[in-house]
This record gives sequence, C-alpha cells and structure tokens, in this order.
Amino acid sequence: MTTAPAGYGKALDLITRVRGVRGAMLVSAEDGIVVAEQLMEGIKGPAVAALAASLATRLRRAMEAAGVGASLFWHLQAEQGALLVVPTPGGTLVVAVAEPDVNVGLVRLELLRAAEVVG
Amino acid sequence: MTTRAVETWTLEPLVKFVKEAGARLVLVMTSAGQVLAQHGFSRAVDVMSAAALGAAIMASTDEMARQLSQPPFAALNHQGDRHGIFLAGLATGRGRLVALVVYDLDVSSLGLVQLFFEQLATDLQAASPKDSVPKQVLAADFERQLSDSLNTLFGR
Repeated sequence: MTTAPAGYGKALDLITRVRGVRGAMLVSAEDGIVVAEQLMEGIKGPAVAALAASLATRLRRAMEAAGVGASLFWHLQAEQGALLVVPTPGGTLVVAVAEPDVNVGLVRLELLRAAEVVG
Repeated sequence: MTTRAVETWTLEPLVKFVKEAGARLVLVMTSAGQVLAQHGFSRAVDVMSAAALGAAIMASTDEMARQLSQPPFAALNHQGDRHGIFLAGLATGRGRLVALVVYDLDVSSLGLVQLFFEQLATDLQAASPKDSVPKQVLAADFERQLSDSLNTLFGR
C-alpha cells in the first residue's frame, strides 16, 4: 500500500482495516486531486480520484434538481469490486475501493467516521 | 465548438482529449508559439494572443527551472473562480510541444484535465511523424505562414 500524510493516516486506517477494502483515499471534490491515499498496488489513484470527483459533481446536481438535498453516501457495485464514497461538508470525498463481497454496512460506517475526522 | 488542426496528425488526439476532459479551449503549439491545432477559439486574434502568452509563460518557467538547476516544470495550473488554465509541455516526434487548456470548473476539474492530458501526450507521441525536422519559420515568410495557419485553424 502507498502511504498517506500523517494527519490523514488515521482516517484512512479506519477504512482500510475492514476486510475486503483494497484502498482508501481522500479526494478534493472540487479539483479531483488525491489529498491522501492508502491503496494496494494496481489501483490508479489519480484516475479514480478525478473520475469520482467528476461523478460527485454530477450527482450533487442531480440531487439538487430532484430536491432531495446533498448526497450522504454512494455505493457503486461492479462485477469485480465496488466504489463507496462519503462526501464531507468541507469539500472532501472519502473514497473506498473494495472487493465485490465486502461488508458494505461496515465500510459505510468507517467512511462516515473518517469523514468526521477529516471534516 | 470546432476543433481544427494545421498538422492533421494532431486532430484525432485533440478531439478525444476535448471530449474526455471537458475542455473549453485548447491550443497545441510549438515552444515558439506556432499553433498546430486549436479547439474552441472563434477569433484569430484570440489564438495569436493565447499562443504568444502561453509560449511566453513556458519560456519563463523553463528559465526559472534552469536557474534553479532543475529540469523544466512539468505543468502549470492557474485556477480562477469559474475557469482554470492548464499549461504543460509534451514530447513528440515533431519536437517539444506545448498544450494550453482552459476548462470550466462547472464542467471539468484539474484532476480530469491532468488525467486525460497524460493520454493526450501519449496519443500525440504515437501519432506524430517520426524523424521529421521542424520547419524553420523565416522572418520573410512569417506573416504569410501565420496567415495560412490562421486560415486553416478557422476553416477559411
């Protein structure tokens, strides 16, 4: 795994210690740039960050258009894995890349905890 | 918005980049500011100004890096309230080129531009004519060549 700056390491540790999580990142929602990451080899961090932030922007607009407020958590399930994201009020995305059979409830809980730490 | 190229091998990679990165304006030019392709510009004077300014910024940062005994800076990003400007060099068979990208923050982001710029650099490298010697622009021909390029870039 690659490392994260010290202050954010704890927040990412909360997520990556869940069984089935292949990596976690803090991403600037506005810029789509990686702020901190703990990723297994083979995950393209900058690409996931840029595309997740772009998706987050579009989702936010969709939520606003639908009149349902800001998104709190999203989970995209794919054949070979899943992407789970919690946006923070401060404009950071807490992102987890996980195996397909991960305990989604537990990852969600840890993402929300990490989001509280990040602010 | 149209994409046009003076050197046709630049067109396909540029069209792909614009679509994927959501760029609003793009110039691909030589380090001297000679434009090879453009997207989104509607006036020749804007192309000339942007190319001159972009080339000048690259020259300035290259010189700053040289004075610091560093290799040239890879890229420069300048972000405003609504738009961002991304300027970076890339190596091709046609020599070192410079890409100037203007993006709307509503539509794109620095992360997306950086991500797809890497692909643009790879695509331009692959598409560029190998072993080609860049044409020297002589002072006597400069105005005519500039005029020809601008006519091509604006489909005249």
